[in-house]
Amino acid sequence: MDATALLDRYERMNVIRRTEKAAHDLFLQGLVKGTTHLAAGQEAIAVGASAALRPDDYVFATYRGHHHALARGATPEECLAELMSRATGLCRAKGGSMHLTKAATGMLGSYAIVGAHLPMAVGAAWSARLRGTEQLAVAFFGDGATNIGAFHESLNLAAVWKLPVLFVCENNLYMEYTPIADVTAVPRPAADRAPAHGIPGEVVDGNDVVAVEEAVGRLARRARAGEGPAVLEAETYRHFGHSRADPAAYRPAEEVERWLKHDPLDLARGRLAELGVGEETVAGADGRARAVVERAVEAAKAAPPPDPREALTDVWADGGAAWRT
Amino acid sequence: MADVITYRDAVAEGIAREMRRDASVVCLGEDIGAAGGVFKTTTGLLEEFGPERVWDTPISEQAIVGAAMGAAMTGMRPVAEIMFSDFLACCWDYLANEIPKVRYMTGGQVTVPLVVRTANGGGLGFGAQHSQATENWALAVPGLKVAAPATPADVIGMLAAAIRSDDPVVFFEHKGLLATKGPPPPPDHVVELGRAAVVREGGDITLVALASMVPLALKAAEVLAGEGVEAEVVDLRCLVPLDAATVLASLRRTSRLVTVEENPYQGGWGATVVSVVADEGFGLLDAPVRRVAGECVPLPFADALEEQVVPTVDKVVTEVRRLAAY
Repeated sequence: MDATALLDRYERMNVIRRTEKAAHDLFLQGLVKGTTHLAAGQEAIAVGASAALRPDDYVFATYRGHHHALARGATPEECLAELMSRATGLCRAKGGSMHLTKAATGMLGSYAIVGAHLPMAVGAAWSARLRGTEQLAVAFFGDGATNIGAFHESLNLAAVWKLPVLFVCENNLYMEYTPIADVTAVPRPAADRAPAHGIPGEVVDGNDVVAVEEAVGRLARRARAGEGPAVLEAETYRHFGHSRADPAAYRPAEEVERWLKHDPLDLARGRLAELGVGEETVAGADGRARAVVERAVEAAKAAPPPDPREALTDVWADGGAAWRT
Repeated sequence: MADVITYRDAVAEGIAREMRRDASVVCLGEDIGAAGGVFKTTTGLLEEFGPERVWDTPISEQAIVGAAMGAAMTGMRPVAEIMFSDFLACCWDYLANEIPKVRYMTGGQVTVPLVVRTANGGGLGFGAQHSQATENWALAVPGLKVAAPATPADVIGMLAAAIRSDDPVVFFEHKGLLATKGPPPPPDHVVELGRAAVVREGGDITLVALASMVPLALKAAEVLAGEGVEAEVVDLRCLVPLDAATVLASLRRTSRLVTVEENPYQGGWGATVVSVVADEGFGLLDAPVRRVAGECVPLPFADALEEQVVPTVDKVVTEVRRLAAY
């Protein structure tokens, strides 16, 4: 990857990191309700994968999905406004943190039932094949999802129908509070299961945006060429707990320290230096990201709440909610 | 076309009509292709439309309905079959949490134009896990349309409406009606979802029924006519949209109401109908309402036991006699 491309990926990751930090701070200020599942630390997977996809490919993500929404075309302002229950939110304040969706740019949703979206990605890939569009579908999911039935049903169906779908596992080592290794009999919860379904399973450093982009690009070309689905297990680590309520005290200090030293932004900065990109140039990207997110926070704060009448719209395709005559 | 068509053949005919007019309609499910469906409700579809439009799946209910959802969100109109309605429980996440909510929780960004067809109800002696009337499960979830036709013509007309609908529809085909016959409908026959039908007129009492309970209610009405009681029979056709207006209009004529439901009394659809009537039609009533519904037990296997727990003509007649005398 050349310096210009890497600087672009770095800036995108930086925007996500700052948006997640803003979400965290806004929650503490009482401006975000409910809960959040922050993806700080996992930015390289979203940014690297997205850069390897076509604009018309389909992405399905989980309740830890802010990074995917941002990587696939949602703005920090739309996302933060959604978290803050504003009319200008990405889902008009009807979805919240766990359901960020931007269908217009192929980000077909964040789903909060573990593993539920894998069959949907299979269906979108099936649809792409039926329509002959050579589009790809990608399901991003956590390590915990690999122990749910829909994961296995999806891998089998995608394999037997040879569909253009990628299953990208963000293995951050903990399903929620419990280490995935304590509840899974194989060391690689996603990649080790792939061969049982007749599809390749690879492991990649999920904090290395260059490695992620390369792996997704390669598997995407393969899938688009009709060679079928693949599993990519991206090893990563979340900087925050599972959700707002979780201080993640169960994680050993030395493990946290080790992973914080393997931060996706630091890794990219190191690579940029190796490519001869000067500190001022990197600082410029930092500054642009900071400005974008600061403006987003202010705009979201200034946005109005949703019209209460919105509660009774959008159930049906006619826009309404009528269930009877 | 023949003078009569079976309910079973009407299913395949209804799907085929829509597949002929719209290339985005595709079918998926267990044994629906080469085998023509375990109930032979998809016979001929693979032959006519080929394997790119009729897809046999593994026994993976979540993958079937989840894939249908993903395809529906991206430009197709999938018709998914879940073999027995009891198996909806295997993919209930999609029908309770995903399909009915995704449009709303994305602020209207996506539509999910899909149909989940399923063989519903008892009468074939399949025991507790293959005989349930589960339409009340779907009724409990805002965001699903719920259709349950009683005649071959309605099967075709309501399938047309369901497949053309931009909203998700759960389509209950009644196992006990598959062999029944009726006149075939004309080409391009569409029965709008949410329109009940008054299938027998009468001024003394209103029987509201659905699917296999419609012919049962009609038989009860014949018995009652012999006793001088004229029952009006309303075939609801759909639970969502619920045609409460037609029920209330009938009560303006009859002032007495009995619901005839195959699903268990607890949580059955009749409770919703009755609550609407209590809210908006209390003044129309000259007698208490009665619900003839399934007993609140798992369905037993033996016919002699099953008869005890499902609605029968005798049970309906008995309730109506009581109300008529009130």
